[in-house]
Amino acid sequence: MKKLSKILKSSYSALVFLFLYAPIVVLIVFSFNESKSRGNWGGFSLKWYESLFHNSEIMEALFNTFLIAVLASLIATVLGTMAAIGINSMNKALQSLFMNVTYLPVLNADIVTGVSLLILFMFLGIPLGRVSLLLAHITFNTPYVILSVMPKLKQMNKHAYEAALDLGCTPLMAIIKVVIPEILPGVITGAILAFTLSIDDFVISFFTTGAGVNTLSITIYSMVRRGIKPEINALSSIMFVVVLLLLVVVNIRSSKDIRKN
Amino acid sequence: MKKASYTALPYGIYALIFILAPIILILFYSLFYRGDSDFAFTLEHFIRFFNFKEPVYMEVLLRSIKTALISTIICLFLGYPMAFILSRMKPSTRGIVSFLFVLPMWMNFLLRTYAWMTLLENTGVINTLLSSIGLPTINIMYTEGAVIFGNVYNFLPFMILPIYNVLTRIDKSVIEASEDLGANFPKTFLRVIFPLSLPGVSSGITMTFMPAVTTFIISKLLGGGQNAQIGDLIEKQFKSVGDWGFGSALSVILMVMILIAMGIVNKYEKEQSAGGVLL
Repeated sequence: MKKLSKILKSSYSALVFLFLYAPIVVLIVFSFNESKSRGNWGGFSLKWYESLFHNSEIMEALFNTFLIAVLASLIATVLGTMAAIGINSMNKALQSLFMNVTYLPVLNADIVTGVSLLILFMFLGIPLGRVSLLLAHITFNTPYVILSVMPKLKQMNKHAYEAALDLGCTPLMAIIKVVIPEILPGVITGAILAFTLSIDDFVISFFTTGAGVNTLSITIYSMVRRGIKPEINALSSIMFVVVLLLLVVVNIRSSKDIRKN
Repeated sequence: MKKASYTALPYGIYALIFILAPIILILFYSLFYRGDSDFAFTLEHFIRFFNFKEPVYMEVLLRSIKTALISTIICLFLGYPMAFILSRMKPSTRGIVSFLFVLPMWMNFLLRTYAWMTLLENTGVINTLLSSIGLPTINIMYTEGAVIFGNVYNFLPFMILPIYNVLTRIDKSVIEASEDLGANFPKTFLRVIFPLSLPGVSSGITMTFMPAVTTFIISKLLGGGQNAQIGDLIEKQFKSVGDWGFGSALSVILMVMILIAMGIVNKYEKEQSAGGVLL
């Protein structure tokens, strides 16, 4: 009986994983496909990995994606961390007002956020392109930074900051020397979250970018109609393996830390 | 710590311009925009939607809700057992397996959905396999079933993870107490484990239903033209038709609907936790 339930459990898990990983396997396998058409296997080849680096459309989209993600997550991290420190020291009413506004982009549908930002940019006369894209990404990233930093601030000993002031720190010094080190894990989590959200975003970018400025997601979307270029499969396979390796390294390190403690 | 609140000032200004102003603008456009920079109060956009004689647009909204509901229910039935199996694993394997659930999300979701097209097409990988072993082929592409399939695929991890989180936090001694008192597994599950996991179920439902009801890309890729969702309708108003007034009205309706749904879930969660205290 016990053995039967174990078999049942493992085969169910295996089916769920098959479902989740089937398209990824397809992508990686077809990135080595000699033939250009999807669905037909023409033999093993690395040519798409080679031509990837000569494809200016994809390379430019990759550059835009990383440029926007790095800038937006950096700005959002600074803006959001400062905001969280400020919000934490406000009175209850003001605090709940700020937090409710912060929850708006998190709860709202991406499509509504995208469309409303598009209207705003048109209304203010901001041309659609890299700048509008950056502003939009900062807008949806900052709330996630605030939401990652807030719990750390709540856990912190309230008197540490005051003690620093009593010992002669200026408020700015106290924040840099006492508050920031305490909340740093939350800040880092927020920054990573912001960066990945930025890289992965399609819907909001789709509405807030202008002609000629494409991110990877938008390039993929426009390719879907004409047929995805095999180079995209090659690029995604590379990115997937890089992320996999990074996550494995991070996980091994953190599990070692846990064992040490 | 009073002075420190000034550090929130830059964000306050940013939020005023980029979070609050867009929402006010979209409300304004839905009630005042008549096309070609002509602004005057009008209810035409809302009347066009709530046209009970020819409810074309309401049908799209209802179809989106129906598709999202079915997808959410399938996710719940597929995801709950998986979360339960996961929560019963050894802590070391648990970490690796839950990591494997998050990993696919690091590959662009458009590409993953596109890869399903390769698999599901009439002449795709799955059908080639099926016919080679003499089984009948399946024609699912460009149907409502394909949209539901795409939703389930994309949002299943959002159902599994919150339920799994709650299940691992259930106090083991509560389950042992139930077993000591003579309850068999089905009874322990129904009377103890499942009620305690409800907060995870409700956040899983929110996290799958919300993106499913507002998606516009999955339906476009897998569902073809006939299975348009409310998200597709909004996208069309802004990207091809250029009717920003009607598009804004649709967005406002979607926003209000989400607020109501969130309100219901929140109220339910509060009642749940209040009940927990009483028990």
